[in-house]
Amino acid sequence: MIEATPLSITHLKTKVRSYWPLIKSLQTGLLISTGLAGYMSARCPVFNLGTIAALTASLFLSISGSTILNMWWDRDIDAKMRRTQKRPLACGQISPAEALRLGLILSTLGVGMAAAMDALYGLIIFAGLFFDVVVYSIWLKRRTCWSIVWGGISGAMPILAGRALGLGALDWIGAALALGVLFWIPTHILTFSMKFYADYQAAGVPTFPSTYGFGFTRAVIAVSSVLAAVSMGMAAWGIGMTVGYLRLLIVLSGGLLALAAAVLLRPSERVNFGLFKYASLYMLSAMLLMMI
Amino acid sequence: MSKMTPLDRILLLATGLLAAYQVAVGVDGFSALPMIAYTISFGVLLVAGLLLIILGFEALDSPWVVIVSTIIPLSLSLGLVWEHLAAYRGVYLLFSIAGFLAVVITRSFPMPGKLSVITLAIVHGIAGMVIFLLPILLAAQGSVPRGYALIGVGGALIGAGGLLLSFLKAGKPILSKEIIFKVLPGLLFLMTAAFVAGFALAK
Repeated sequence: MIEATPLSITHLKTKVRSYWPLIKSLQTGLLISTGLAGYMSARCPVFNLGTIAALTASLFLSISGSTILNMWWDRDIDAKMRRTQKRPLACGQISPAEALRLGLILSTLGVGMAAAMDALYGLIIFAGLFFDVVVYSIWLKRRTCWSIVWGGISGAMPILAGRALGLGALDWIGAALALGVLFWIPTHILTFSMKFYADYQAAGVPTFPSTYGFGFTRAVIAVSSVLAAVSMGMAAWGIGMTVGYLRLLIVLSGGLLALAAAVLLRPSERVNFGLFKYASLYMLSAMLLMMI
Repeated sequence: MSKMTPLDRILLLATGLLAAYQVAVGVDGFSALPMIAYTISFGVLLVAGLLLIILGFEALDSPWVVIVSTIIPLSLSLGLVWEHLAAYRGVYLLFSIAGFLAVVITRSFPMPGKLSVITLAIVHGIAGMVIFLLPILLAAQGSVPRGYALIGVGGALIGAGGLLLSFLKAGKPILSKEIIFKVLPGLLFLMTAAFVAGFALAK
């Protein structure tokens, strides 16, 4: 018994270390920040630490759960792509059954916790998980490049859910925030699918570049960047963001639009990568501005 | 190409945060045109700082750098002139627009002789001198608080940085590329800090 404790801790540490890459911590963190921003944008009593902690935990569990389920489903294509072939499931570090179990447990806990907090909040969180795992990954991802629209809708759910939890209802500002995330996602994913074009081709996953060509994809990126910036601006105005922060959001949106224009007019690998990274930074900054 | 060090990234992040503060808070209370002009200059500084962090010094290879590095001093000097030299508002607005267009055109199309370099030197020279001299003279006269002179210090730094970058891009480097990249993050940070402090102390 005395020896079992350190062994158990070591075992647990090893497990956590091998599970961690399954949840895509950066992406999960960014989505949690959108949920928190949606909640705080409602200008509800945000210093209720209990609610904030529960919101964060339910988002973490449900987003991590759906991410693991996606990885479980996509393990065969991950193994074919150079970028993803070292993921724990693709390289056999974790068994599919174990990942499926973990994904289902986390998802159930996350959705259950969300539903216990508020029925509407729980429903939106469930919708996000359903769109992400069932509609996006299982049904559409291998059939059509337009699957990213559903991936985008599921990505927009945390911010809508957070806002709904704060307000107790849905409103146009929540919809604008969700649209902001929805339109931001193509900017993010399409630049990625251009950078790793060969990988997606090797795995047989249809993408915009492989279906419509790079020129059209760049045009979609530019248009979606404009729409993301407009949606975020509208939501910020609706929330009643101060003029100073609004000005800052406009400046950051200007950077996003300038990069999208550069991708369209003077495409290069570097500009493409710059837009991909900047788009993440833009989203994080926009969320921080919505919170304060 | 020089590799960006962690210190370079920290300095650029601090530059971006200072510029963000200036856009969000520091330009409140100005009339419309100076507010827009300062927002543009600090906004460009913010986005440029972020892109440098993301892309590294390779970003400076872009042909857009010369044009972007012209926007900052032109818009900043326009704001200062609009605020303090009412008689020259129209002329300087015209100079800013014409100067910017001249740089865009001379950098976008093949030009005879040294026209592009001369255009760059004139535009940067005038804008830089305005940012350097005007706040210092106004502070010396006592028409603004003394701390306002810090904007002039920032002006000296932006002039140095702008000229170093512009001439490097124009193929006539004043210092070696390695030295310029070594000092650039520190220069940008000190310049932005001087501007932000100067504007804050004048309030």
